Amino acid sequence: MADIAARGPTATVGDSRSSLHKLMQRKSTIAFLMALPLILLVLILVAYPAGYAVYLATLNKGMTRFVGFGNFEFLFGRETFWMVVYQSCLFAITAVIFKAIIGFVVAHFVHNIPSKGQRKWRGMLLVPWVIPPAMSTLAWLWLFDPSYSAINWILAHLGIAAVPWTGEADWARFSVILVNVWIGSPFFMIMYLAALKSVPDQLYEAASIDGATWWQRIWYVTLPMMRNIIAITALFSLIVTFANFDIVRVLTAGGPLNSTHIFGTWAFRVGIESGDIPLGASVSLFMVPILAVAATFILRDITKRGSEV
Amino acid sequence: MAQVTLRKIVKKYDEVLAVRGIDLDIVDKEFLVLVGPSGCGKSTTLRMIAGLEEISGGDIAIGGHVVNDVPPKDRDIAMVFQNYALYPHMNVYENMSFGLKLKKTPKDEIDKRVKQAAGILDITELLDRKPKQLSGGQRQRVAMGRAIVRDPKVFLFDEPLSNLDAKLRVQMRTEIKKVHQKVRTTTVYVTHDQIEAMTLADRVVVMNAGLIEQVGTPNDLYHSPATKFVAGFIGSPAMNFIPCQLEQAAGALRVRLSDKLSFPVPSDRTARYASHAGKANLVLGLRPEHIAETRPHTEANQHDFDMMIDVDEPMGMETLIYFTIGRTDICGRVNPNAGAASGKEMKLRADLSNMHLIDDGTGKVL
Repeated sequence: MADIAARGPTATVGDSRSSLHKLMQRKSTIAFLMALPLILLVLILVAYPAGYAVYLATLNKGMTRFVGFGNFEFLFGRETFWMVVYQSCLFAITAVIFKAIIGFVVAHFVHNIPSKGQRKWRGMLLVPWVIPPAMSTLAWLWLFDPSYSAINWILAHLGIAAVPWTGEADWARFSVILVNVWIGSPFFMIMYLAALKSVPDQLYEAASIDGATWWQRIWYVTLPMMRNIIAITALFSLIVTFANFDIVRVLTAGGPLNSTHIFGTWAFRVGIESGDIPLGASVSLFMVPILAVAATFILRDITKRGSEV
Repeated sequence: MAQVTLRKIVKKYDEVLAVRGIDLDIVDKEFLVLVGPSGCGKSTTLRMIAGLEEISGGDIAIGGHVVNDVPPKDRDIAMVFQNYALYPHMNVYENMSFGLKLKKTPKDEIDKRVKQAAGILDITELLDRKPKQLSGGQRQRVAMGRAIVRDPKVFLFDEPLSNLDAKLRVQMRTEIKKVHQKVRTTTVYVTHDQIEAMTLADRVVVMNAGLIEQVGTPNDLYHSPATKFVAGFIGSPAMNFIPCQLEQAAGALRVRLSDKLSFPVPSDRTARYASHAGKANLVLGLRPEHIAETRPHTEANQHDFDMMIDVDEPMGMETLIYFTIGRTDICGRVNPNAGAASGKEMKLRADLSNMHLIDDGTGKVL
């Protein structure tokens, strides 16, 4: 670009045109130009906001004064903050474990359906994952309604007292995790199903001839063969679940008494709803080191996997 | 060590009959080869013996016990698969010891047996390698080692050599035979390669379209095939099939191949063939090695004839020649020094003492 702008009406026109031509022909230049739209997108939507968040986190509430680590010091002293840390970890880890287990079991069932009917089931089982979470969570919110919901109605008919699904701290934690598991399991299912399909049938046949029971076949053949996919899916999901916002926001909005807040929702509560944007930025920045560790593991695993093949 | 008995075994896939009621007795310590073209039901039969396929009808007994409803893990068999089916995440030692480990065999016993099997197969130095680091032939040995270590009642081989290159295949063939001579376990071996079948087997079972065509020793099948299918399947180059008529003239029989060409039927066969004289759909079966160049000495039932050679294929130790009678291409094997050349007339000799007369309608050798 600069080349063209700098070009004057002189005898060097031909030269600069050909050097521009050469530059355009270089593979690296072409590659850079083709990646440019994405690079710009990342810069505008990721790098700039991230840098801005770091800057914001160093300001006072009125955003008039630089306070350094003041916001962080304040957070460390707050009981709610440590509850959010605990709740975020509990939420992410529990949800991922259950998503993985359910996904694995369901993938096995689907894998054993004859291929004719399998597509139908695969499609239906993917539905929770495909519906926008905010909408499906809204449906869950209605199901969890203490007095008028279908779930409590059925429980009442069974003679069980109404459950305060979103009204009591532990039940509310259970509910947000349940909804997250419901939405996220299909992703695990589809990943594990793909992994299962890549295990050659002959290995199972060899194992059953070697004397393995179905459980031993899973333990000694399926799991080791799926190890990489299991690890990558779990870590990936851990990051996404940790950074969740919509489910908690719609279902409990962090309540009751902040007991279900996770980083995303609490940052929103503190920053937007309570008007302390620098403090909200500081809260959200806490996700970075935790997620960075998980991301490092993922990337390491992928490169390791790549070199194995 | 055990005999295997198949009684009226049927396998049905939806509406298709893959195996259509076969009976087979496999003797203890025998090396039995199931051979046939693809889709003939040989692999299905093997997999039913293994218990990997349910049987739709009939009984399978191993060592005298009916195992129809016994799962593979309780049949005490070992199987070598076409793609070896080694566990990729385990090293050779773990692959070989897996079955024993599941049976909770004591560690030192496992160690002893793995080392012993590795010794037999000459893979001792590969024990801590992963399957990925092995060549095709080495993987094949490991797959066999995994079977040997188990010391099962029956070995099952499912086309174990078809993923190897030609040279290695010949080498491993000998290897398998050697191993069987050492280990002496009842073995059922499936292949589509008739040379593999002939070289390995104590007895060969030729299968076609879900049925057994013939059971016999390799020499039986070669010299006295029961059907046209067996006659054509066993032997390479394949037996020549020449449409013919059987003529009765002055108390002697002649096979007429064309207007110009006919041979007298060997006298010891006249009684056997007499009733078929004049029938339609008769085919003369004659192996290429029974059509050779003419020689000074003539034995009984050898007859000279002149033929224009279409193609000659020198193989070194012999030359294959092709010529036409009527519309049938015929192959013969002549001495490389007999002067066979494409487009040249040549004096050939047919040895009718090894002829087969086949009813093309029923496919039976008469």
